[in-house]
Amino acid sequence: MTINGLLQIAFYLTVLLALVKPLGLYIAKVFMRPAGEAPKPEKWIYRICGVNESAEMSSKTYALAAIVFNAAGFCLLFIILSFQTALPLNPDGMGGISWHLAFNTAASFITNTNWQSYGGESTMSYFSQMVGLTVQNFLSAASGMAILIALIRGFARHSVETIGNFWVDMIRSAVYILLPLSLMLALALVWQGMPQTFTPHATAQLVEPTKDDKGSAVTEQMIALGPVASQVAIKQLGTNGGGYFNANSAHPFENPTPLSNFLMMLSLLLIPAALCYTFGVMVGDRRQGWAVLAAMAIVFVFLLGVCAHYEQSATPMLVKAGADIRASDGSSGGNTEGKEVRFGIVNSAIYATATTAASNGSVNAMHDSFTPLGGLVSLWLMQLGEIIFGGVGSGLYGMIVFAIVAVFIAGLMVGRTPEYIRKKIEAHEMKMASLAALIPIMVALIGTAVALIEPSSKASMANPGAHGYGEVLYAFSSAANNNGSAFAGLNANTPFFNISLGLAMLIGRFGCMLPVIAIAGSLAAKKSIPVTSGTMPTHGPIFVALLIAVVLMIGALSFFPALALGPIVEHLMMIQ
Amino acid sequence: MSIHTKPDMFEKDIVINAIADSFRKLDPRIQVKNPVMFVVFVGSILTSLLFLQSLAGSGEASPLFILSITVWLWFTVLFANFAEAMAEGRGKAQAESLKKSRKEVVAKKLSGSAFDAPYELITASELVKGDVALIEAGDFIPLDGEVIEGAASVDESVVTGESAPVIRESGGDRSAVTGGTRVISDWLVVRITAKPGETFLDRMIAMIEGASRKKTPNEIALTILLAKLTIIFLVVTATLLPYSMFSAQESGSGSVITITSLVALLVCLAPTTIGALLSAIGIAGMSRLSQANVIAMSGRAVEAAGDVDVLLLDKTGTITLGNRQATVFIPDAGVTMGELVDAAQLASLPDETPEGRSIVALAKRDFGLRGREVQKTHAEFIPFSARTRMSGVDIDGRRIRKGASDMIEKFVDQNGGRFSETVHLAVERIAKEGGTPLVVADGGKTLGVIYLKDIVKGGIRERFMELRKTGIKTVMITGDNPLTAAAIAAEAGIDDFLAEATPEAKLKLIREYQSKGHLVAMTGDGTNDAPALAQADVAVAMNTGTQAAKEAGNMVDLDSNPTKLLDIITAGKQMLMTRGSLTTFSVANDVAKYFAIIPAIFAVTYPALNALNIMGLATPQSAILSAVIFNALIIVFLIPLALKGVKYRPAPAVELLRDNLLIYGVGGVIAPFVGIKLIDMALSGLKLV
Repeated sequence: MTINGLLQIAFYLTVLLALVKPLGLYIAKVFMRPAGEAPKPEKWIYRICGVNESAEMSSKTYALAAIVFNAAGFCLLFIILSFQTALPLNPDGMGGISWHLAFNTAASFITNTNWQSYGGESTMSYFSQMVGLTVQNFLSAASGMAILIALIRGFARHSVETIGNFWVDMIRSAVYILLPLSLMLALALVWQGMPQTFTPHATAQLVEPTKDDKGSAVTEQMIALGPVASQVAIKQLGTNGGGYFNANSAHPFENPTPLSNFLMMLSLLLIPAALCYTFGVMVGDRRQGWAVLAAMAIVFVFLLGVCAHYEQSATPMLVKAGADIRASDGSSGGNTEGKEVRFGIVNSAIYATATTAASNGSVNAMHDSFTPLGGLVSLWLMQLGEIIFGGVGSGLYGMIVFAIVAVFIAGLMVGRTPEYIRKKIEAHEMKMASLAALIPIMVALIGTAVALIEPSSKASMANPGAHGYGEVLYAFSSAANNNGSAFAGLNANTPFFNISLGLAMLIGRFGCMLPVIAIAGSLAAKKSIPVTSGTMPTHGPIFVALLIAVVLMIGALSFFPALALGPIVEHLMMIQ
Repeated sequence: MSIHTKPDMFEKDIVINAIADSFRKLDPRIQVKNPVMFVVFVGSILTSLLFLQSLAGSGEASPLFILSITVWLWFTVLFANFAEAMAEGRGKAQAESLKKSRKEVVAKKLSGSAFDAPYELITASELVKGDVALIEAGDFIPLDGEVIEGAASVDESVVTGESAPVIRESGGDRSAVTGGTRVISDWLVVRITAKPGETFLDRMIAMIEGASRKKTPNEIALTILLAKLTIIFLVVTATLLPYSMFSAQESGSGSVITITSLVALLVCLAPTTIGALLSAIGIAGMSRLSQANVIAMSGRAVEAAGDVDVLLLDKTGTITLGNRQATVFIPDAGVTMGELVDAAQLASLPDETPEGRSIVALAKRDFGLRGREVQKTHAEFIPFSARTRMSGVDIDGRRIRKGASDMIEKFVDQNGGRFSETVHLAVERIAKEGGTPLVVADGGKTLGVIYLKDIVKGGIRERFMELRKTGIKTVMITGDNPLTAAAIAAEAGIDDFLAEATPEAKLKLIREYQSKGHLVAMTGDGTNDAPALAQADVAVAMNTGTQAAKEAGNMVDLDSNPTKLLDIITAGKQMLMTRGSLTTFSVANDVAKYFAIIPAIFAVTYPALNALNIMGLATPQSAILSAVIFNALIIVFLIPLALKGVKYRPAPAVELLRDNLLIYGVGGVIAPFVGIKLIDMALSGLKLV
């Protein structure tokens, strides 16, 4: 890696970590304010929605509210997509959407996955993008945050039956956190040149007319426009990732300048990182939040280093073909296939690592064109369960699930019933934590297996052999863990992939979310145990190391054989 | 013959029985109880069938290879059974000696509840709860009971291993008798309190044998985690089949992975090491306790002992040596030392209380004053009573009294004297220092003060320091006043104390700690301890204690040594630590197994994967077989550790975690690389594959 590259990484991490404390503290204050003390406008919202803000919910009621709300969101989005031809704001006359694509897209956006089997600018009307997709971008992120806050309350409270009010948590995360941040980011992006308009596509005369595949002359080009900035802001902040354009943030209108690129990379990890601090504040021990953040950051930096190193080193094939892979003034060198030369290697590597660490999935380079090990980083970050920062809310609650497993093993090793943040971890929590950690892994592995057996899927693979297999594994890892990033290369808009990936997203999301709510409920009902020197501290370097080891071990043991047949063997064949 | 005899780790009889039991435990109904080993069990059956298929000539691999894998898979199952059987066997050997004492005895059932009521001879099993039996010298006590009349010396060595007989008498805290013990002298009238088959001895035998063993809460949670890991590996290996089919088809080279290899991979990855040893660890934990002469009534209690963070300790007998002892005589102004010592000794000679005896002893030791035959003189002894709170002697017209200062003050006043200021100051000073002042007076004249002091046991302070390091808070329970209690607590290094303790105050204290989330352990022997014992999370009743105390506690200490609570805590922690460490070890092993097996099974499809064969294993077959053999043998190697338990030292949790992570985590990653390589070298050296 170049000095320039290292400095960029250092700068990125410094700015990110500097924002953790102020934003984390702000979020904690938003959620810790008693509902009764809410300001007038917030109460008006409750009155309009018919929410009794002071009614607390048991974990069962909370889970039910979350499911009903998400199901309603699913139906609404499914209907909007299915009937977009009949709905307003369709100046370019986008056609109908097949039922399986609508199913896949609805599942994708309510689960905060934003897997896209379609090209946005050539499929979706402005109405579908704004009222359908962008709304779910907010709501799915708010859902994740609400459930995280409920889990945190499970630790913070003791001997009670309730974990908060889902509606209040939803409204607060949308109104106080996601909306203001998105507004700020959207304005900054518009300032950088991102379109925000209802005018139809622009048409430009080609300077050099060309011919299409049928041989007829092409003299003009359609330039897609639309309300881009408003969707892109929440797509980044809400760890959604569904791009306005098919090329996502590699498209010059979805990522106009180096500054917009930096802001987008920052917003990928901003809320998930800040929530760690919120966690520490709300459980009354900030060190707990820093410890979890440290574990995430260490894994992130390590994997970012791997990715950047292999991308910068390029491939023997490129060298053999005579490409200049050296970094020089004006060129980042390295493996530039599938990358925006405006951003170069390091910014592509940071973006790729951050977008798969967080369950975002937006891209500014094509992961399919990464070197095998560079691409493995993205793939593996998803397979770890989207817990290295991860999705808004869902990342941290996933990480806490792993912390519970780590604490359990550590507790046994020091000879005590395991406890985490003053709560005993017993059979019920282990059962739920096991389920939450197990389900995405199983969905990814089984989904891939089914797709490999399914005869129709071979036609969807752009590359045969190990790379084609890698594309399918990537797709199911992405869906099961609600990332949404695609390895490209795979044509997923087929009934089989739309349905199977849609199911994978739903099972992955709710199979993890519901056990987490159950854990929140059982923790809240427990007594709070006093901390003594016999308590296994969960804020020191030893625990951070153990947590990292547990995350990486489970990730490695579950996926090593699968990865060996994909990127690992590709890499080994490449260097032979 | 007592359970003190600690069976050798691998005593011949136990080993032979355990081997036989290993085969008996192949019963699927037993296997299904352990999810991890059940997977291995099913895998073994599967490969056995594949072997039969290969014999028929249509096998997926060479019969020899499938056979070797199959044999070692069965060994894995048998080794797990063997570990459990060994742990049970050691318990059984202990229980055997107890069972011998449970022979059928003849009981003398009384028709009334008096010693002289007529009795009939029946067998002990015909007795029912509430019956009254007479036990005379030489008789065995038929069933557990409560002495309602008489006093006798009883040989309880069968239960305690202690050969010296103990006194059992009606009333008070020594009224409980245990079935199977023998009256050596005198007689007892006993009301039976347990049904045949439910006596203390029966429960002890059942606990030691592991027959009534239920899974403890942590064991259940760990089983869930192990099941989760097993399911992951089941999915990982099962999905490898389509992956392999696709890869072989796409690359156009190599063959699809064999079922035998997949089963081998699954068994290697599944946490078989801990799965195989899990129940052995639990059983061994219990029998380690019984070797320390503590009978736990449930495994749950042993586990809870590891979590205890508040210890309630009785002052007397646990922290201090028995009773208070006289240490210094302080004469009043104008009284010689000789006069005071003489009077004090006179007042104490007939006094059989430990305090009285210690005064006589001190007078003899420091002043050479020998005992006198008080009875022969015209002396009248005034015994101590709770009301007067003094004792003394009327002799030759003298009225010598010793007792609490306020009572003596009244006594002096009544006799027309004045309580001396010097004595008053001395009393205050002694009380402040935590001692007990005993004022001596002769009629209206104060003679001086005897300084009674609690003697803190040697080494106890260091022990409490260790406890503090592990985060355990010690609380002293005493009937003393707060001043005295504070002084002793400071001297012994106790964190807190409950002075002037009543049974209600003890119960309240325990509840208070529990409501703050603490886990409380205590020891007790008296009936008045029973409510507190029932409330405490870990309650150790002394075997010398009453039946009520034993019923309320969840452990019984046969040696009746209150300091043993500390050993019990260690045993509880060891049990959890052994489980945690072996789980870590088991999972850490998987790294090496992947590096052995993945290149072995996929290199035919992708030769490039041979680069992952970093151990340089000879052939794919020997790689898979070596991993399977290592996986089986490691169980046997770890049986001694599972039975003995991981070493525990009192240290803060973070240090324990660091050490155990290094040994069992990092060690667990490295060990199989070495082990598998060695087995591979042996296999290829012997040309077995």
